[in-house]
Amino acid sequence: MTKKSSATADKQETDGVAKPAASSAAVNARLSPEEKIGLYRMMVRIRRFEERSLRSYQAKKIGGFLHLYIGQEAVAVGCCSLMGKNDHVITAYRDHGHALAVGMDMKPLMAELYGKSTGCSKGKGGSMHFFDPSRNFWGGHGIVGGQVPLGTGLAFALKYRGLKGACMTFMGDGAVNQGAVHEAYNLAALWQLPVVFVIENNGYSMGTSQARSSAGDLARRAEGYGMAWGVCDGHDVYEVRAAMDGFLSEARENSKPAVVEVRTYRYRGHSVADPDNTYRKREEIEEYKRSKDPIHVFHNALVAEGVLDEAVAAQIDAEARAEADVSASFAEASPFPTVAEITQDIYWEEDNPSEKKSQGRMFFG
Amino acid sequence: MPLLSYRDAIRQALAEELQRDANVVVLGEEVAQFNGAYKVTEGLLERFGPKRIIDTPISEAGFIGMGVGASMLGIRPVMELMFWSFYSVCFDQILNNAANIRYMSGGAINCPIVIRGPANGGTNVGATHSHTPENVIANHPGLKVVCPATAYDAKGLLKSAIRDNDPVMYLENTILYGDKWEVPDEEYLIPLGKADIKREGTDLTIVAHGRAVINALAAAQLLEREHDISAEIVDLRSIRPLDEETVLASVRKTHRVLLVDENKPFCGVGAQLAFMIQEQAFDDLDAPIKRVSAIDAPAIYSAPAEIEQLPNPQRILGAAIEVLR
Repeated sequence: MTKKSSATADKQETDGVAKPAASSAAVNARLSPEEKIGLYRMMVRIRRFEERSLRSYQAKKIGGFLHLYIGQEAVAVGCCSLMGKNDHVITAYRDHGHALAVGMDMKPLMAELYGKSTGCSKGKGGSMHFFDPSRNFWGGHGIVGGQVPLGTGLAFALKYRGLKGACMTFMGDGAVNQGAVHEAYNLAALWQLPVVFVIENNGYSMGTSQARSSAGDLARRAEGYGMAWGVCDGHDVYEVRAAMDGFLSEARENSKPAVVEVRTYRYRGHSVADPDNTYRKREEIEEYKRSKDPIHVFHNALVAEGVLDEAVAAQIDAEARAEADVSASFAEASPFPTVAEITQDIYWEEDNPSEKKSQGRMFFG
Repeated sequence: MPLLSYRDAIRQALAEELQRDANVVVLGEEVAQFNGAYKVTEGLLERFGPKRIIDTPISEAGFIGMGVGASMLGIRPVMELMFWSFYSVCFDQILNNAANIRYMSGGAINCPIVIRGPANGGTNVGATHSHTPENVIANHPGLKVVCPATAYDAKGLLKSAIRDNDPVMYLENTILYGDKWEVPDEEYLIPLGKADIKREGTDLTIVAHGRAVINALAAAQLLEREHDISAEIVDLRSIRPLDEETVLASVRKTHRVLLVDENKPFCGVGAQLAFMIQEQAFDDLDAPIKRVSAIDAPAIYSAPAEIEQLPNPQRILGAAIEVLR
């Protein structure tokens, strides 16, 4: 594939309606009404799950950091909806949306936030560290940019094993300045690994705007490594799918890496406890919500297509709220990890004593 | 039994495991076309081809992290760090990813990766290239650490490390690469966490790992010849897991302990050992535990001074006599 140019040049005003060009792209045109409803339902489920988790955080049922994905739902849903059986996903610490989008159940996710042993990581990972390798989801990583070499390694493994798949390696706009990201770009391009680096650009690396942290265009840095790149808007799930489809196909079929910048926006603070008024104005958030809310945009598109009506939308919403409530009840009722569990799940060998080959003491007092 | 150098023993282990398991790959700077900065991987490219033996750019954070990621999906990467000293530029990948991913995923993932390379001072190259991070690594649950002192141990431990389903950090020593030891032709494995009595003795237990074992053996000869002192040398071989039982059994036999390692003293391996011995064998001790570590400063460049900075037979001898006083 030749290098992509920025899609911003021919960017259209959206004003709450999905662009016709994206909705008629082949990857979207072939979606059945049920599949479209499925995409919509997934975005709503992510939104309601996170809103429910925020209430639990405010009630001090959840501690630590809570990096909410609210506003960015179309990115994870659009990208993950394109996954085939050999496609893989790895992301950073704002990972709730990706976890749900790959098909994880709400209950173990909420329980993980509560620090319960029924959590997806048994209460050992927390909000930033959701994993489900059975769904090709490799986390959930807390160090900015640290997951990007890992995603490159997953792609290496795919190529080495001759599997036709791709690894979508997500990062935020703050990660693009980390050295590990550039090292991973170089390796991916040097060895033509099937990885698509997805920069979810929500405009702010914590409280520092893109203008104050990153020189140049974020995805254009791929040119320095001879990689294809592109930019798309992330509030429109159709556009995300249309933009990603070609890059993913190139990765799967021809083992070509690429960098895609998806422009999106988060409604809450970096983590919910962080002040949100030092670096942006309330009006900016409200304007995005009014004109580009990804659920609202897709809702309108599907209503216009005759795929969705208000009754179905209300039902989806009610079901998502109920599911989130059930997950919170499940989390509430679940036990915390015991002291004995603190030293489990560290070494494979200790967890599989019948196959243990090593001797000696592994843990120290 | 044939004599084999420490370097050749490591290469044999790599070749045997590459032959045995198609998912084993060797990656690192200069490991393929250049035949290895220290010639450890010499000939492997020719034998196993460029899919299995891969030169990386000078990009430790990138390629070590890439190896960790590949290990999550069925590959068994054996990554060479040209010097373990470069662990600092990829430590996020080692400690946050290799060590923690299993835990943070609630045991859903494991990372069967080996990171190997030399970790030693004493080569007149200054502080940046003379780090001995075995204590730093062992401080991170999730990682295993081995430090072979002989060719026999190097081969058997590396084969076990490559088959291990956990991340194993394998620390070699450039000064030992040329040392020749008896290594059998037939295949063998040495389990991690099993110490080895390198020399039997009755008056004093010297616990060491890596090249400190070799220096301790030289000191033990001097002790025997010049002072009629019989020193027992316990080679830990593996730092984590740690063979406490072999150490304690020796302490209960000799009642006196000298700890030797090339690490810096503060929070070094010896500090953990001293705590463990006093906790579990206090009544067996006839004298305070002493230790010989690197003199507590960044590794000095000047060659004669560096010889004194590191444990050497004379320093070990002097400390041993004090323990027996």
